Amino acid sequence: MSVRGETPRRAAAALVLAAVALTALATLVVAASDTPASAQTGVEAINARLFDRTGGKERPIAGVRVVVTRDGAPIGEAVSDADGLAVIPLPGGGTYSVAIDEKTIPKGAGAPDQTKLPNVVVQSGRAKFVLFPFGNDGQSEPGAIDRLADLFGSGIRVGLVVALAAVGLSLVYSTTGLINFATGELVTFGAIAAWFLNAEGGSGLGITVLFAGILATLLGGAFGAGLELGLWRPLRRRRTGNVALIVVSIGLALLLRSIFQIVFGADAKSFAQYSVQQQWHLGPLDIAPKDIASIVICVVLLVGVACFLLFTRLGTAIRAVSDEPDLAESSGIDVQRVILVAWIACGALSAAAGVLLGLTFSVGFDLGFKFLLVIFAAMILGGLGSVFGAMVGGVVLGIVFDVSTYWIPTDFKNAMILGVLIIVLLVRPQGILGSRERVG
Amino acid sequence: MNFGQAFVDGIRAGLGVPAAAYALGAIGLNVQYGYTGLLNFGQVGFLLIGAYGTAVSADAGASLLVAVLVGILASIGLALLLGIPTLRLRADYLAIVTIAASEILRVGVSARQLEGLTGGAFGISGFGDEFFDLNPFSIGRYGIGELSFDERTLWIASVAWVLVALATVGVWLLTRSPYGRLLKSIREDEDAARSLGKNAFSVKLQSLMIGGVLGGLGGIVIAVDASFTNADYWRSQITFFLYVVLILGGVASVLGPVLGSMIFWFVFQASDSILRQAVDNGAFGDVFTTTDVGPIRLGVVGLTLMLLSIFRPQGILGNRAEALVDEH
Repeated sequence: MSVRGETPRRAAAALVLAAVALTALATLVVAASDTPASAQTGVEAINARLFDRTGGKERPIAGVRVVVTRDGAPIGEAVSDADGLAVIPLPGGGTYSVAIDEKTIPKGAGAPDQTKLPNVVVQSGRAKFVLFPFGNDGQSEPGAIDRLADLFGSGIRVGLVVALAAVGLSLVYSTTGLINFATGELVTFGAIAAWFLNAEGGSGLGITVLFAGILATLLGGAFGAGLELGLWRPLRRRRTGNVALIVVSIGLALLLRSIFQIVFGADAKSFAQYSVQQQWHLGPLDIAPKDIASIVICVVLLVGVACFLLFTRLGTAIRAVSDEPDLAESSGIDVQRVILVAWIACGALSAAAGVLLGLTFSVGFDLGFKFLLVIFAAMILGGLGSVFGAMVGGVVLGIVFDVSTYWIPTDFKNAMILGVLIIVLLVRPQGILGSRERVG
Repeated sequence: MNFGQAFVDGIRAGLGVPAAAYALGAIGLNVQYGYTGLLNFGQVGFLLIGAYGTAVSADAGASLLVAVLVGILASIGLALLLGIPTLRLRADYLAIVTIAASEILRVGVSARQLEGLTGGAFGISGFGDEFFDLNPFSIGRYGIGELSFDERTLWIASVAWVLVALATVGVWLLTRSPYGRLLKSIREDEDAARSLGKNAFSVKLQSLMIGGVLGGLGGIVIAVDASFTNADYWRSQITFFLYVVLILGGVASVLGPVLGSMIFWFVFQASDSILRQAVDNGAFGDVFTTTDVGPIRLGVVGLTLMLLSIFRPQGILGNRAEALVDEH
């Protein structure tokens, strides 16, 4: 392979990436130390407000039991008063779950939007307000075609983003054989890095979302390279077995997620721009411009990865290593370098997926973890180890999930993942595009 | 800083009900991962299904004994559901499907549509009374000074540790039997075992069921202790705690999971006590607040898991040759 000439240019690029990474790290540290800490205790409480908004006017709902639990243990409860308020004092700050008892909802009230808020974060020394809206606010119910079209649209959008992350995971898996359980945290890294670059008013650098997203993607690539050089390559040198590596990746996921929670906080936050956008009406499909942008970005990135794998020397080398590492090595391919490239691509693609998910769902420390199972399912559906399979799997899964909520309750959407996984493994364990020999 | 308090808190946690329940779950994991080489990353799903199987049937009016049997059967059912599609395939598939199943079960049981059965977000409570009515200990505190349990905790903890002892003896007998050697042969070289005419698929499925039942028992202990269960408790991090317990104590060692669980809970509780005191005393200034204590502990668990499986994958009591760590 005639790659020697590229080395200085690559080194320079790596240096730039490292510099950017350091700057961002410094930003993160500065931003983290700003967090105000008022540790007076005894005033923590959850103030829940229940109201019925049927007809567009808000009326309080009294007499409903509100229960607060933490880690499954009951903390306290209260019944909403004439103003629809229920105040539950808490022993301290932390993450609580707030739920209303449906049996106590008075007759005549509309249906509640939700009966449970699972992750309510209460700061030490503060009371937290939560809302339980009931009923319909008077906007007309959309028709069947409109709803299906919208679900299809959001399915494609989320499916493409999942495909990005699944392709990254698949690149690493096919070159190293490692199933990286920390892949969700690579996704979160992208979202959080973009948030700190984007946030205004002292907590971030105030760069507009587009550039913040591009920078975060580059940072994600640098992060992937750092993990490979600092962790995975030394471990391979020690001849650590694959099972131990999987356990290491789980430990890494827990560690990173905790760091994110400490640095970023437990609350979900939105980007400074585009958090709410007027939707465009294209026939039956209502879609926000940012969602169209997300779809276009995903398609461009995925086509880019495909062309890179099919038409460049490095891409060919990646495919060669994934087919037969020993043969690739003996025919002069630098396998370690190929793996490094796969990790950079994985970090960058995951980070880009994180930015796009953050744009749609807002940024949180466990954003990527929530999508980890979908990413895995996409990879198995497409065929474990097949990069093109991961693309197809992500899109198919995204559409199936969102469209299925037309018929099945949203609460069971996740159970669909398990159903799809089990059926695929029983009927066609190699997935849509995988090869039979990889399975056994 | 009151280290004595932290020490007593730690000892109490190390001997407490959760430590016994985690020991049960980790013994199950040891059968699956340590002896057979199965990557079950959804052990918490077995704890959950044991707890919910018991709680739902007791709530429906079954006696507690029957309810516990239902919980155990539910664990076996889950093992079959997850094992049959995956155990013919390479080890990674089981890992992915089990972690997916455990998360999905957690979300699933809190679904509003299942409120009649599982109590939805509220969970189920009050099913442990029958167990505590049998309590032979009279009211009072048992132990030395601060290091003591009330009669209720003493009763459930005794039963839980007896279960741990029985499971440990069972695993000890298992490892000395031909069946134990069959499990290990599958861990070391499945193809070799198959070439000698052993049905590796069926043996792996049995191993998954044995480990699943032990996990289910752990879940039942936790649920009966609280006389309450809801979905929030059974997060996937419990699986990873169990891996720390197992790897810390010693993979493929008989007493490893028990020792690991005691140490894990001692360190977990004592460090919590120290961290909270440090935050209250302002030792971290403005950098960390009390809400950060939980994530810090979780991060330390993650780091411990990484460092253990890199530097001492055989744990305290294990034998490196038996831990699935080096490339073959």
